[in-house]
Amino acid sequence: MDSDGLHLAIDYVGTSGLILSPEQKACLQTSFVILKSEGKFHKVYFWGKILGVKDDYFIAQGVGIDGMAEKRTFYSKDCVHWAILNPVSAENKEKTKLAKGRFTGDPSYEFEHIEIKKIAVPDSEEMQEEEETIMIKEEDRLSAVIDDIDQDVFIVPRGAFTKTPTGKVFENRTFEGLSVSEAAKQGSYLHFRDPIKLQEKTLLQKANMDKALDFLDPIDEDIPKGCWSLQFERGSGLVTLRSLQWIGYTFYHVPGTRQYGSCYCGTGEMNKDLPFML
Amino acid sequence: MADTQVLNNELNSSQQGSVKGSKPQTPANMEMNLNPKEQDFINAKSYLLTASTKTGLNLFDHLSRVLTKVLDERPENSIDIFEDLSKEQKKEKFTSDVDTVQDKLDQTTEVALAKIQTKLFSDAIESSKGDGEEEGAEEEDVETPLPNIMELAFFFEQAGVGLSREESVRIWLALKNLVDNHPLQHVRFWGKIFGTEQNYIVAEVEYREGEEEEEEEEEAEEGQEEETEKDNDDEEDEEAEEDDTPKPDFKPPAVIPKEENRTGSNKKTYFVCNDPGKPWIKLPPVTPAQIDIARKMKKFFTGRLDAPVVCYPPFPGNESNYLRAQISRISAGTHISPLGFYQFDEEEEEEEEGEGRDTFVENLDFEGIPVRDLVDPSLQNWVHHVQHILPQGRTTWWNPVQKNEDDFEDEEEDEEREEPDEPEPEVGPPLLTPLSEDAEVENLPPWTAKLSSNLVQQYAIAVMHSNLWPGAHAFANDKKFENVYVGWGHKYAADNYSPPPPPGVQEEFPSGPEITETEDPTPEEEAALRAAQQEAAEQAEDMEDLEDEDDEDD
Repeated sequence: MDSDGLHLAIDYVGTSGLILSPEQKACLQTSFVILKSEGKFHKVYFWGKILGVKDDYFIAQGVGIDGMAEKRTFYSKDCVHWAILNPVSAENKEKTKLAKGRFTGDPSYEFEHIEIKKIAVPDSEEMQEEEETIMIKEEDRLSAVIDDIDQDVFIVPRGAFTKTPTGKVFENRTFEGLSVSEAAKQGSYLHFRDPIKLQEKTLLQKANMDKALDFLDPIDEDIPKGCWSLQFERGSGLVTLRSLQWIGYTFYHVPGTRQYGSCYCGTGEMNKDLPFML
Repeated sequence: MADTQVLNNELNSSQQGSVKGSKPQTPANMEMNLNPKEQDFINAKSYLLTASTKTGLNLFDHLSRVLTKVLDERPENSIDIFEDLSKEQKKEKFTSDVDTVQDKLDQTTEVALAKIQTKLFSDAIESSKGDGEEEGAEEEDVETPLPNIMELAFFFEQAGVGLSREESVRIWLALKNLVDNHPLQHVRFWGKIFGTEQNYIVAEVEYREGEEEEEEEEEAEEGQEEETEKDNDDEEDEEAEEDDTPKPDFKPPAVIPKEENRTGSNKKTYFVCNDPGKPWIKLPPVTPAQIDIARKMKKFFTGRLDAPVVCYPPFPGNESNYLRAQISRISAGTHISPLGFYQFDEEEEEEEEGEGRDTFVENLDFEGIPVRDLVDPSLQNWVHHVQHILPQGRTTWWNPVQKNEDDFEDEEEDEEREEPDEPEPEVGPPLLTPLSEDAEVENLPPWTAKLSSNLVQQYAIAVMHSNLWPGAHAFANDKKFENVYVGWGHKYAADNYSPPPPPGVQEEFPSGPEITETEDPTPEEEAALRAAQQEAAEQAEDMEDLEDEDDEDD
């Protein structure tokens, strides 16, 4: 959610159990201003927090004018000092998936994973087992998980961003919010990432699309069906979407207004049991 | 300058133009001698005024409307959003302002909920007025079981957990409503459980002594039991008539009886509602079988209490039972208090020493534990004050064998079978065990202790986060402590869930010689048999021959 209205916006996700203490709010509001000016960002978003066993990580993202391309992630443990989180290479990202269990809260902690490889021994039929230890740094894992969450569940309402003919993605200044009936449909929310399923659509399906607005994947095609929980709070005054895939991700939107945002507060582990739980 | 003036004039007259439709206005000075510039202007304008053959709109009117809108509203950097403005203007053409359907007051769900919730506030206001006028100050001294939710919410907010303040007020009023309508001795806000469609707000209550509405429940249960008995009778009758169907000698293991109200996992009663202000619904008591199955499954709540729970192993009951089972499990795992806040009743201590004590009283001399000691990683200063649930699904162990002996009908059969070994009683940690005894979960410490503030540590409060049940929190400060749960109602597991395998295939018959397949005879055996048969045949022939000979003799 936007750092400018953090103290107001955080109340919208309070019903989902996401609370910041007054101390954290005060710290964040000061440090975000500095982060924004030092990083020369167009906007700074409070991304959420990842709960560790000993300590929690607070995550912020700074974006440039193009909301999609220029994005940098920061983390902090005390809400005051922010450290940049470098994106992980694709190879390292695969490795971080091997790390199991909760985050510890120490970025320099290394997860150990022992991979047992079977190597054929020449001149005999037996396979020799060889143990290979892979070390995964928590900082890398943190970066990979944040990237995964952004890819999988970070959403915006339809119309909030427009794509210009030059390919840049800007915030749509004429976005006036979804109507209540639109807000009740999952098709009105789009994944804020490079589209994957859009190319697979037929020409007929694409015919009715507005190229400036429908340049992202809507969430109603996500697999498995029902991996989002859409609820109206306060009657229809506030729509809340909770991801069941990444438990802890909450998106809110006040229908009829420009107010929307999302936040993650969880352990940073994907819900692999989702198919059993629906 | 001259051009802009003309344009302004034209803008003003555009209203007229639009009223008159797309018919181009022929200026009166058409035939007058115009200079070429003016002539060009008129040509251009008449082109712009040409109506589209498809929609009947013309560009001149459209542009003038868009520009009027821009000038009226004065958005910043209007050129960037010009396309959108133009598009919106076109869209607006299609929506009629006067629609009889839209004029009807729209009864949205927002209004409906607000109407429900406004009752909470108005009731509270009325009751406060009533108290003030009629009973006066005396009534205020009477202890109300209603907790000070806002104070607790304040502490939880310091800790960065719980719910928002506004929601807390609503829940507070809803609890007040609950207290007013039921004879309750003790009420707590237990927490909130998310569902996929709706959420549950859970209140934990204890009825006043003797005033529980037990009768209704018992009647209902008896009715159920009778029904099941009847069903069984019917089945038996049918079987007797047919006489052919073999009776299975499988006897299901004895059902573990549920714990009585006010004891064990049914010590407290729970009420739930979907939104504060909506009616509170009492959850049924939990049975050991439900707890047992709930441990083996993992499902999201839907938010509808009557929803069926479709899963494997099959869950005995609907979602209200599942919810109740999870509440029991979470309470048993995560309800903690500072050491010394509760103590065992000294009088009862001697009597019940044998089988583990299940009651405790508040320690009036409790002085509070310094916050520093509470966040000590050894966790010795926190204790569980809800009984541990045994693998059996009960807090006190129930011997399944003794029950078998009571059944008179089955006595003979029992004797025939081998006596099952006396099962080992399951033992759990006793009540008020320190958290330091909690088992580690997959290399994870079960609890995380924290100070609420790192900046002003002398005024911070101690906060505990459960790692076993993510979403369960507790705080303690001076003599105050509270537990809350806000989450999805599932236990933490680092590994992914896999449903238990189906039970092994049941043995159909005891294997014996009459149903085992005989081995094929070997060629030698066959040869021997053939030889023996031949011999017998020859003998028979001989006999016949002899007889024939005898006949011939006659």
